[in-house]
Amino acid sequence: MEGIVKGKRIDFGGIFLYLFLTGLGIVMLLPLVYMVSTAFKPVSELFLFPPRFFVDNPTLINFRDLLLVTGTTSVPFSRYIFNSLFVSLCIVFFGTIISAMAAYPLAKHNMRFGSAIFNLIVLALMFSPLVIQIPQYLIVSKLGLINTYWALILPFLAAPVGMFLMTQFLRQLPDALLEAARIDGANEWRIFWTVVMPMLKPAISTFALLSFITAWNDPHPAQVYTTDNDMKTLPFAIQSLSGGVGVIARVGTLGAASLLMIIPIIIIFIITQRMVLQTMAHSGLKE
Amino acid sequence: MITETVEAPAANQANPTRLRKQGWLATLWSDLKRDRVSWLFLAPFLILFFVFTVLPVVTSIGMSFTYYNIMEPAKFIGLSNYKLLFVDDDIFLKAIGITIKIAFVTGPIGYVMSFLLAWLISQIPIKYRFFYTLCFYTPSITSATAMSVVWLYLFAGDRKGLLNYYAMQLGIFDEPYLFLQNINSIVPVIVIVSLWMSMGVGFLAFLAGLQNVPKDLYEAGAIDGIRFRWQQLIYITVPAVKPQLLFGAVLQIVASLTVFDVSVQLVGLPSPLYAGHTIMTHLYDYAFIKFEMGYAAAIAVVLFIMMIGLNRLIFKWLGRD
Repeated sequence: MEGIVKGKRIDFGGIFLYLFLTGLGIVMLLPLVYMVSTAFKPVSELFLFPPRFFVDNPTLINFRDLLLVTGTTSVPFSRYIFNSLFVSLCIVFFGTIISAMAAYPLAKHNMRFGSAIFNLIVLALMFSPLVIQIPQYLIVSKLGLINTYWALILPFLAAPVGMFLMTQFLRQLPDALLEAARIDGANEWRIFWTVVMPMLKPAISTFALLSFITAWNDPHPAQVYTTDNDMKTLPFAIQSLSGGVGVIARVGTLGAASLLMIIPIIIIFIITQRMVLQTMAHSGLKE
Repeated sequence: MITETVEAPAANQANPTRLRKQGWLATLWSDLKRDRVSWLFLAPFLILFFVFTVLPVVTSIGMSFTYYNIMEPAKFIGLSNYKLLFVDDDIFLKAIGITIKIAFVTGPIGYVMSFLLAWLISQIPIKYRFFYTLCFYTPSITSATAMSVVWLYLFAGDRKGLLNYYAMQLGIFDEPYLFLQNINSIVPVIVIVSLWMSMGVGFLAFLAGLQNVPKDLYEAGAIDGIRFRWQQLIYITVPAVKPQLLFGAVLQIVASLTVFDVSVQLVGLPSPLYAGHTIMTHLYDYAFIKFEMGYAAAIAVVLFIMMIGLNRLIFKWLGRD
C-alpha cells in the first residue's frame, strides 16, 4: 500500500482521492475559518448586509475589548483564563501521574483482581460521566468542596480513558528493561520513575492531550460546583458573554473569546500528534 | 522483597493442593500481602475512582427509588419515579425519541465516516497525512460553547444569517427559514453540528490502527487473489483493526447518546416545543433547575442502562470472531 496504486496512464483514482479529501477537509474547516474572521472583524463589518464571510479590515479591537472591558461581571476576563489554565493543567499533571501509577501494576504485575479492576475500567468507558453528575455533586458538596479549586479538579483525576490507554500501551512493551532494573536492585518505585515513565511517554502525551481537551472545554464543573464568579472558567464565561441562547450580541468579542479557547488545543494537538498516533495503535478492545 | 512481587504468582499457581488446604480467606490474605506494592501504586487512582465514579453509580441507583430535593431528607417511594417517567412524563418519552433519532443518525454515520476517512488518509503518503488529519480532527476538539458563535450566526433565522442569505441568493428560499426555531429543522441542525464534531478519539484510533496493519497481510492477500482496493478493505484491513473498531464504537455510542451541549447551545433549554430535548437535557433540567434529584437519578439510570446495554450488544456483534 505504497501511496497511490500506479495506474497505466493517468491515475484517476488518486486524483479523485486528493480532490475528495481536500474538498471535504476545506468544508470541515470553514466554520473555524469563519470564527477566526469574526474575531478580527470591526463592529462596522459585523452587522453588514449582505453578510460577509471574510474580514475586510482586520482589527484587534475585539481582543482589547475582551481583556479590558469585561462588561457584565466585575471579574476581569484574565481571571477566567487563569482559572481554566490552572484547573486544566492540574488535571493533566496529577491525572497523568495517578493513571500511570495505576497502569503499571495492572500491565506488568501479575496481581490478584488485576483483570477484574481492568474490566471495571473498561465498563466505566461505556458510560458518560455526565450521567453520574448528580451524586458527584452531592459528594462534592458533602465534602465541603463547593467553590474551591478542589471541586473542579478532584472528580476528574481518575479518568478511565487515560488509565485504559496507558495500560494497553504498557502491556505491549517488553519486560526486559524492568527485569534488568530489578536485577540491579532498584525498588518498584524507582523502576516506575526511571524505567516505566520514560517508556510511557507517547501514552502520557496522548492522555495529556485528551484530558486537557476535556477539562478545557467542559463548562459543567464550573456551572455545577461553583457559585462564585471568581471561580468560573472560560467556557462558562463565554456562555455568559453571549447573553444566553439566541441572542446575537457582541459577536466580535464572543468570536475573540472563542478563538482564544480553541487555539491552545490546536497547538497542543500539533505538538503531540506523532505520539498520539503511536499510542492509539494500542487502543484496541477485545472481548 | 521486590522480586517476590513478580515471581510469587507462578509458585502459587503451581501448587493448587496447598491452595485448597489453606482455605479461601487465607490465600486471599496472602495474595493481598504479596501484592501490596501493586496495591500501593493503584491506591490513588482506585480511591478517586471509587469516590467519584463507583460510589456515584451506586448512589444514583439507590436515589432513583426516592424522592429527594436536597432540602428535605430522601423519602423511599419505590418504583414511582420509573412509573412516572414511562407512563406520565410525555416530555421524557419525547426526549427518548429525539435522543434515539439523533443517536441513530450521528452514531453510525459518524462512525463509518471516521473509519472511511481514516482509511482514505492511510492510502496517501505519510508526509501529506498530517494536514488532512488536522482538517478532520480539529472540529472534534472545539467545544460546543466556543463554536456557538459560529452556528448561531450561520443558522440565524433572518436575512443576515449566512445560510439563509446564500439560500435566498440562489433562490432556494423566498423568505428566511427559522432553522433554530422551527421544530422541523432543530433535530437536523443538531445532527449536522454533531456530525461535524464526531471525528474524535475514535478517528485517531482508526488512523493509528490502520498505519500498523502488517504489510505482509496485504502481500499474502495479493497471492490469494485479492485484486481490488475494496476487497483489501473488507477481507484484510477491517479484521486487522477490529480491536480499534470496537474501541471507537464504544466511544461513539457514549458520545451520540449524550448529546447535550450542542442542543443547549443551539436551541436552548427548554428548546422550542421541546423539539431539541434529549434525555441528557431532561436530566439536567430536573437535577439542576428543578432540583428533583430522585427523579433525575431515575433518568440517569435509564440512560446508563441504555449505554451499557447498547455497548454490550455491539461487543457481542463486533467482538465475535
